[in-house]
Amino acid sequence: MSAVVSVAGIRKTYGSTVAVDDVSFEVVEGEIFGLIGPNGAGKTTTMECVEGLRRPDRGAISVLDLDPIRDVYALQQRVGVQLQEAQFQKRIKVWEAVDLWGALYRTPADGARLLDQLGLADKRDAWFMTLSGGQKQRLFIALALINNPDVVFLDELTTGLDPQARRAIWDLVRGIKDRGKTVFMTTHLMEEAERLCDRVAIIDRGRIVDIDTPAALVARHCPERTVLLTTADAGAEERFRATRAVDNVIRAETRFTIRGHGDDFVTEVIRCLSDHRIHVADFRTETPTLEDVFLKVTGHSIRD
Amino acid sequence: MLRGLWKLTWLELKIFAREPLGLIGTLLIPPLSVVVLGRIFGRIPSASPRLSSFVTVDLPVFAAVFTALNAVQSLVTIVSIYREGGILKRLRATPLRPQTILSAQVLVKLILTAATLALTVLAGRNVLRISIDLHLISFAAALLFSTLSILSIGFLLASLVPTARFAQPVASLVLYPMLFLSGLFFPVDGLPAGLQIVARVIPLRYAVSLLKGIWVGEAWLAHAGDVAALVTVAVVFAGLSARVFRWE
Repeated sequence: MSAVVSVAGIRKTYGSTVAVDDVSFEVVEGEIFGLIGPNGAGKTTTMECVEGLRRPDRGAISVLDLDPIRDVYALQQRVGVQLQEAQFQKRIKVWEAVDLWGALYRTPADGARLLDQLGLADKRDAWFMTLSGGQKQRLFIALALINNPDVVFLDELTTGLDPQARRAIWDLVRGIKDRGKTVFMTTHLMEEAERLCDRVAIIDRGRIVDIDTPAALVARHCPERTVLLTTADAGAEERFRATRAVDNVIRAETRFTIRGHGDDFVTEVIRCLSDHRIHVADFRTETPTLEDVFLKVTGHSIRD
Repeated sequence: MLRGLWKLTWLELKIFAREPLGLIGTLLIPPLSVVVLGRIFGRIPSASPRLSSFVTVDLPVFAAVFTALNAVQSLVTIVSIYREGGILKRLRATPLRPQTILSAQVLVKLILTAATLALTVLAGRNVLRISIDLHLISFAAALLFSTLSILSIGFLLASLVPTARFAQPVASLVLYPMLFLSGLFFPVDGLPAGLQIVARVIPLRYAVSLLKGIWVGEAWLAHAGDVAALVTVAVVFAGLSARVFRWE
């Protein structure tokens, strides 16, 4: 697996504000890599440096072994770009945008087929201003794919979309990956990152906090697990407390919240229930999410 | 990137034509004002030489200058709307060169200026029966050249206006007062000394002088000074714009 994007120690300041500081990471061929963090964390600045739209004050970037600033025109032929909160001319027609974009690249994809694949075929004569939020984003994805790029950059792709449109877009992004392309995306939605990304880099206040697969990040930073169950068994509390891997038990009438750690924790709780023939009316486990990881590693919620 | 330039220009023209109010305002106001004002002043019996020269010289030149200013104002508005909407940034993230993106906007304005001039001439010829002889190509060239020069001021304005909402009013405030000191309505020589100095640095003055001269049949050579001034304006303002132009 070779690195498609390689960022080494970049720093970018706007006046006295440090937007991005000492950021390093690599995006590997064929993966969906996510840069995740709250608004203002430096995601877009980092991505725009990688795209060659901004010049970092310090550090080195290479994309497909090209320099995004020096080789910008060579690079543009091989990457697809979707910008955050981009707009078009209100009265441009969908097919006109696709037609213009296609004319700008040396090896354009079939625009009509792209529109078809992205569910925009019946919108080809519609003005941009009449499209819904999801349709606009699908058009931007179509334009990002028009040159058959090796890498696709997606910046806050689903911001402002309703859950249904968001899920449709997620399927499209997986489709991009299935075509063998590398995807580098940013998002402040942890659920989106968890569902889409093979690996994520957590960025906060301009700095990378950690990089790994979502599962590994959760295992590393939030190893604790929770079992929630309901039982009327009077002796259950004592049994739970005596179970290996259990850290604490909270009881509210018949409802129990059992916290523990380690891979065996849930199995141990189930064994305890089985061994002591404890009758449960309800049983469910809670696994920490990237949102919990973010809180743990940065000390504040991503929603702040 | 000539193909991109042509495609973008053609696309921008089509998009412009889809906004009826803007299209009508741009293409029809100059010919209509020529017809209406020409009718009003041309009908006065035994018109004095001053009045008749108003209809046959000042009015056409005014319509031409107005067309040019309209183009500049429209450019400022469009560039600031495109910047605010991220359209400029989006175009810039394609293989289109920055100069291609901006040249397309200039070309659109020049094409619309030429079309407006054609309509104005047709209106003047058919409705007012103003005789127009063979200076027309020359006059069109003078108008396009003047427009191009003043458009460079438009790029500077487009860089300086903070948001698209301010674009139109700011452009009007800067551009239209220039009309009064341009020598179009009253001769610059008759102005107070202070205003005369101001009038000398107003770019529009040179455009008016060139257009008037070409309209009445003077040679381009006689207006070499105006041409030089307009070239200077274009170079200076394009240079300034290149330094301060913001894509986002």
